[in-house]
Amino acid sequence: MPPVTFNIWRGGAEGGEFKEYRTEVTEGMVVLDAVHQIQAESANDLAVRWNCKAGKCGSCSAEINGKPRLMCMTRMSDLPVNQPVRIEPMQAFPSIKDLVTDVSWNFEVKKRLKRFKPRKPDAPDGSWRFAQADTDRVQEFRKCIECFLCQDVCHVLRDHHKHEEFIGPRFFVYSAALEMHPLDEEDRLEDLKRANGIGYCNITKCCTKVCPEHITITDNAIIPLKERVVDRFYDPVRMLLRVIGG
Amino acid sequence: MAIDYQTHEYDVLVVGAGGAGLRAAIEAANAGVRVGVICKSLLGKAHTVMAEGGVAAAMANVDERDNWRVHFSDTMRGGQYLNNPRMAELHAKEAPDRVRELEAWGAVFDRTEDGRILQRNFGGHRYPRLAHVGDRTGLEMIRVLQDHAVHLGMTFHMECTVVDLLKDGDRVAGAFAYDRERGRFMVLKAKAVVLATGGIGRGFKITSNSWEYTADGQALAYRAGAELMDMEFVQFHPTGMVWPPSVRGILVTEGVRGEGGVLKNSKGERFMFNDIPDLYKNQTADNEEEGWRYVLGDRNARRPPELLTRDHVARCIMREIKEGRGSPHGGVFLDIAWIKSRVSGGAEHIKRKLPSMYHQFKELAGIDITEEPMEIGPTTHYMMGGIRVDADTQMARVPGLFAAGECAAGLHGANRLGGNSLSDLLVFGKRAGEFAAIFARERGDAKVHESQVEEAARRALAPLERQAATGSEGPFQVQQSLQDTMQSLVGIVRTEAEMAHAVEEIGKLRERAAKVAAYGNREYNAGWHTALDLENLLTISEAIARSALDRKESRGAHFREDYPNKDPEFGKLNTILERGADGSMKLRREQLPPMAEELAKVIEEMK
Ligand SMILES: Cc1cc2nc3c(=O)[nH]c(=O)nc-3n(C[C@H](O)[C@H](O)[C@H](O)COP(=O)(O)OP(=O)(O)OC[C@H]3O[C@@H](n4cnc5c(N)ncnc54)[C@H](O)[C@@H]3O)c2cc1C
Ligand code: SF4
Ligand code: SF4
Ligand code: FES
Repeated sequence: MPPVTFNIWRGGAEGGEFKEYRTEVTEGMVVLDAVHQIQAESANDLAVRWNCKAGKCGSCSAEINGKPRLMCMTRMSDLPVNQPVRIEPMQAFPSIKDLVTDVSWNFEVKKRLKRFKPRKPDAPDGSWRFAQADTDRVQEFRKCIECFLCQDVCHVLRDHHKHEEFIGPRFFVYSAALEMHPLDEEDRLEDLKRANGIGYCNITKCCTKVCPEHITITDNAIIPLKERVVDRFYDPVRMLLRVIGG
Repeated sequence: MAIDYQTHEYDVLVVGAGGAGLRAAIEAANAGVRVGVICKSLLGKAHTVMAEGGVAAAMANVDERDNWRVHFSDTMRGGQYLNNPRMAELHAKEAPDRVRELEAWGAVFDRTEDGRILQRNFGGHRYPRLAHVGDRTGLEMIRVLQDHAVHLGMTFHMECTVVDLLKDGDRVAGAFAYDRERGRFMVLKAKAVVLATGGIGRGFKITSNSWEYTADGQALAYRAGAELMDMEFVQFHPTGMVWPPSVRGILVTEGVRGEGGVLKNSKGERFMFNDIPDLYKNQTADNEEEGWRYVLGDRNARRPPELLTRDHVARCIMREIKEGRGSPHGGVFLDIAWIKSRVSGGAEHIKRKLPSMYHQFKELAGIDITEEPMEIGPTTHYMMGGIRVDADTQMARVPGLFAAGECAAGLHGANRLGGNSLSDLLVFGKRAGEFAAIFARERGDAKVHESQVEEAARRALAPLERQAATGSEGPFQVQQSLQDTMQSLVGIVRTEAEMAHAVEEIGKLRERAAKVAAYGNREYNAGWHTALDLENLLTISEAIARSALDRKESRGAHFREDYPNKDPEFGKLNTILERGADGSMKLRREQLPPMAEELAKVIEEMK
């Protein structure tokens, strides 16, 4: 196979540009392999974040030909290699260097969210009993590898920069995991409505489309949470009761 | 030389944010001391996230015959009795509480019929013992620890790397580090330091480990005066991916075999039935029917030979490949699809039990494991050896320096059982945090000496300063040569001549490494970081090769073609390494620690 051309964004917070590299692509290679090969051959100081190379840690998020994806799970054979492959960092987060972005905002957001609060243990030894079905129900949300690709693609963050008022799809998934946790007793609906801005989501489903763990973010996490919020705050009977109750 | 650095001050500094580091940090924070955590990657990305199969704890939820005694004796048998018995005892006794504690912090495990934590079969464990959630137990564990820890008021330094430990006289005084983002230096002053830096896999070419596993903790401790122990015992996991080349080494969880997956050669033979070691004859099925009944949970059935210990399975696979019965890409076949003939809705069952394996093969190899067998072969996976520590407190020989998790030695002896690492992290992470906090309280401030900081900075900057020099090479080439050397000369099957050659080669690589140049500036510069990691990898590779040379027998993960049998004399010895006054590596053999009578009795009973 002839060498493939890559246009990789090089630069930092002050700006940058696409640089062209060429490298040999062999069978089964993923984009991250190509980036590493380029790093070893001709760009030792190329910055790229990765760990597991198996889609398990969520470190290697980037935009490949304009699509938010994990570099380690994007096979070269799935890309048109007769034209240059374009690799750039996630656009919704500030640039650090080359393909690496500053995702620290996500860690700050999580710290603000109400933590897990279990009900009293069911057994004298301090343990709990619940069914496999309860485990299965939250499994989907707990698969999240915190790659933040959904955050990257969500227009509320990417285009409207509502970082102060909106926690983004990743943290709706996180909230759903806790709200539907078989043992959790915390109430997060008030926060979801106000501080966490679930109302900003207009169900475009872009987040679901990019999730490498195939979490049905919108249908299974966000919509049920929205329904719970609506039930609580907009249910006319309840509203009336609240007004009467003061 | 005036160097620019930021200073942070803690009572306890934890190096590493995998399971061991986070658990240590939680314990220290709960003890009310100031805690700082430093890690090379972002929070939640450490190796622990990749663990699949589960965490071993004798909770007896599935088989009430299980208890700490059985777990203890399984661990000792698996480790071929080189384990530190006190550590194996503490581990077996405390693991159940550590797992239940995770549930109290929000972990969601798979359940039994009566709603308790479900446990699965794994190699070398007599009863179903691994608490798990599908095949992503590590993710569940690290996320729960991480989310619990962030609410305890500790400070995290993410994407920062420790390059040297600082000392005040004998005792540890903190660490010198740089941040990945800008390459700025930092001094982390601390009364006690817990190393929880994980393994060494990057010293080998084929490995399940990520770039982080460059043996930093082991090398930092060694340079600071701690001893290393059992370094000849590197675990080669029998099942890594072999195709396509770019994913070679990526782990295929033992859970596949726990759920009924079988190993076959190119002739379709289940070759594991052909070679069952005496130590395990009583516990191993000798026909396919019995093996399958075991998978189904029949308590009178013995386990299938695919679930023998990893060292043995890996060698059997190597033999099949060597003798020409391998698969097309140089592995053997691992077949889980066959269980469809035994389980209704088999394909769905496989996907539910092994979702990330299904995903991994589908997306990386284009193979549907519910339809086709996988091609697998051995991969460098885990380091049994490491920093020698006190069994109860996890303190190394250097006062104030603690170690826990994969970078510490003692629990696993000559071979680790699957699932015993995650439990190791919890049990000894907790202990390290607890005793580090006590040490910090009792011993008070240590002083940081400027001369050490300057020396550390000088060393760290050297590769960048060499970029102007002509004829210097980049770090990646040297790293690759080292990986090739270790893989081919100190791998699964070892000989005197090859290992002696390896020691020589490592010496030459050291010379090359001393001249390696990093190009560019200090910002997020992988070349620079690799150049700095190289020294650690070289030190630890030398430690592995020297220890392996010295042990003239085969035991557990250490297999020598020239000494293929166990030698009872070596069975009484641990290999200990330390740095001599002249900087060279000193090796000595030491008698195993004495075993408490009660424990000896347990082993006898369980034979
Ligand atoms: C694919 C895979 C599957 C596995 N499955 C299982 C399983 O099912 N059951 C089981 O029991 N075990 C399993 N293991 C083994 C187990 O996961 C590891 O042994 C364990 O997670 C190690 O944990 P740790 O806390 O010691 O280190 P890690 O989780 O690796 O964390 C090391 C930390 O140290 C940091 N660090 C390293 N060097 C430095 C430095 N110089 N400065 C600052 N920070 C540093 C890293 O950034 C990281 O945060 C598996 C391993 C792999 C690779
Ligand atoms: S569905 Fe909602 S959260 Fe997801 S991308 Fe669209 S607006 Fe954002
Ligand atoms: S929900 Fe999916 S896309 Fe979003 S962070 Fe988690 S794994 Fe990534
Ligand atoms: S490197 Fe871990 S997800 Fe890509």
